[in-house]
Amino acid sequence: MSAADTSAVVSLRGVSKSFAGGGVTALSSIDLDVRPGEFVSLIGPSGCGKSTLLRIVGDLVEPSSGEVVVNGKSARQARLDRDYGIVFQDAVLYDWRTVAKNIALPLELAGWSGARRAERVRDMVELVELKGFEGHHPWQLSGGMQQRVSIARALSFDPALLLMDEPFGALDEMTRERLNGELLRIWEASGSTIVFVTHSISEAVFLSTRVVVMSRRPGRIAAVVDVDLQHPRNADTREEPRFFELVTAVRDRLREGGLDEDSTAPGEGELLVVEETP
Amino acid sequence: MSSRAGRIAAEWLPALVLFVAGIALWEGAVRGFGIQNFLLPAPSAIADTLWADRGELWSAAFFTFREAVAGFVLGCSAGFLAAVVLARWRLLQAAVMPYAIAAGAIPIIAFAPITNNWFGVTGMTSKIVIAAILCFFPVMVNTTRGLTSVPASAIELMRSYAASEATIFRRVRLPNSLPYVFSGLKVATVLAMIGAIVGDYFGGAPGALGVEIRRWVGIFAFDQAWAGIVLASLLGILFYGSVALVERMTMGWHPSVRGARAE
Repeated sequence: MSAADTSAVVSLRGVSKSFAGGGVTALSSIDLDVRPGEFVSLIGPSGCGKSTLLRIVGDLVEPSSGEVVVNGKSARQARLDRDYGIVFQDAVLYDWRTVAKNIALPLELAGWSGARRAERVRDMVELVELKGFEGHHPWQLSGGMQQRVSIARALSFDPALLLMDEPFGALDEMTRERLNGELLRIWEASGSTIVFVTHSISEAVFLSTRVVVMSRRPGRIAAVVDVDLQHPRNADTREEPRFFELVTAVRDRLREGGLDEDSTAPGEGELLVVEETP
Repeated sequence: MSSRAGRIAAEWLPALVLFVAGIALWEGAVRGFGIQNFLLPAPSAIADTLWADRGELWSAAFFTFREAVAGFVLGCSAGFLAAVVLARWRLLQAAVMPYAIAAGAIPIIAFAPITNNWFGVTGMTSKIVIAAILCFFPVMVNTTRGLTSVPASAIELMRSYAASEATIFRRVRLPNSLPYVFSGLKVATVLAMIGAIVGDYFGGAPGALGVEIRRWVGIFAFDQAWAGIVLASLLGILFYGSVALVERMTMGWHPSVRGARAE
């Protein structure tokens, strides 16, 4: 096992996680480097620990063993330095704050002046195309708009890293595809590094520069698929032959060893989840 | 008349019609069937008494209302502070909450003669204490729920911004608890009035409303007794209404206050 790479935005070495007093192994010796400007997706069946891995990077969950380096420092120091923004499946907007105030929350906590906050919020609202909704409360917005506020909030303080935990999982297919396009545009404009957890193969391929395929519990990295689709990507990208080839490649990696989440292989289910050992 | 005023009028009209019809029916029944005054006085007779004896009635009602408000302030503050402590220490919460919830099921008002015994029959203190105890539990239970029923992701988000526990409390837990706190406070206004008046029934200062209502019933002055009850009801509604008004003012952001989502 080589040492963690401090020039990477995220560097994981031998990261494992056990829950319930060591009874359940969620993650097993994960090694991964994410370079500046990369868009890396983590994909795998339910319960493979991909959300846990994201939380370990964000120092919201502690690993049982292994080394986690974020932005060249410990995950904890990176969190305390506000080096990353995070977006959850649920937008997690505070009902008592307007759209503008939700976006400004991390800026307030970082002690920005009111004038600076207002200016940044204006830019962010423009970036996620929510002009005219600054004074609305979250419950007055559709699910897709709420998630755009959440993304604006995560980007508002210019973090080096954006962590996204199935951010579009609760949205309908059409809204999801539109927001995929917007996210790519935002990523290209901001130059940030993104680690993105998803269930959707086509979403992972469309968005990422690399797709990390994870195996069933205990979660391991089963394969890494490089996505060589041209940038900027748009709706036409989804119809390119190369797109289908890559989707198939990711699906095959997931399926190897009965890892496909919608596999109908006999014995599929809870029993398999417990004792999977490749 | 603006359309908004018109809408409000249309919304309240059925309730107003029912009120007027109810009073008319009551008045008509008392007159038509010749119902004895000691069974049920006519609304007009009660209204007459309310006006004629306004000085005596008002001072009695105000005395008891003060007991209720003092008990409310004391009990609600204690309930809120207890909830803050319980929300901070989960183990303590696990130990205390079952009893706090059970306390909501026991008729605390039955202790009124005991508090009279402890704090003196004729003073305000015993009534304030019983009202405070009544208010304490619903506010404590509700506030604890509000402070702790925060989605895990809302806390994780704050931790991702390196927010301290104190900041998370102030920025997330406290605002999250407000709807719960206010529903506790509204229940407490009613309980405080009940505590003060029923406390008086078991003996209180001469001139307290509960004491006077009992005395009037004893001397067959049913018009006065009913007038006292009506006044107590009006003060109770006023009390509840003012807390509801504060709720609306502090929680203008809340969906329940602002109405349906505007897509």
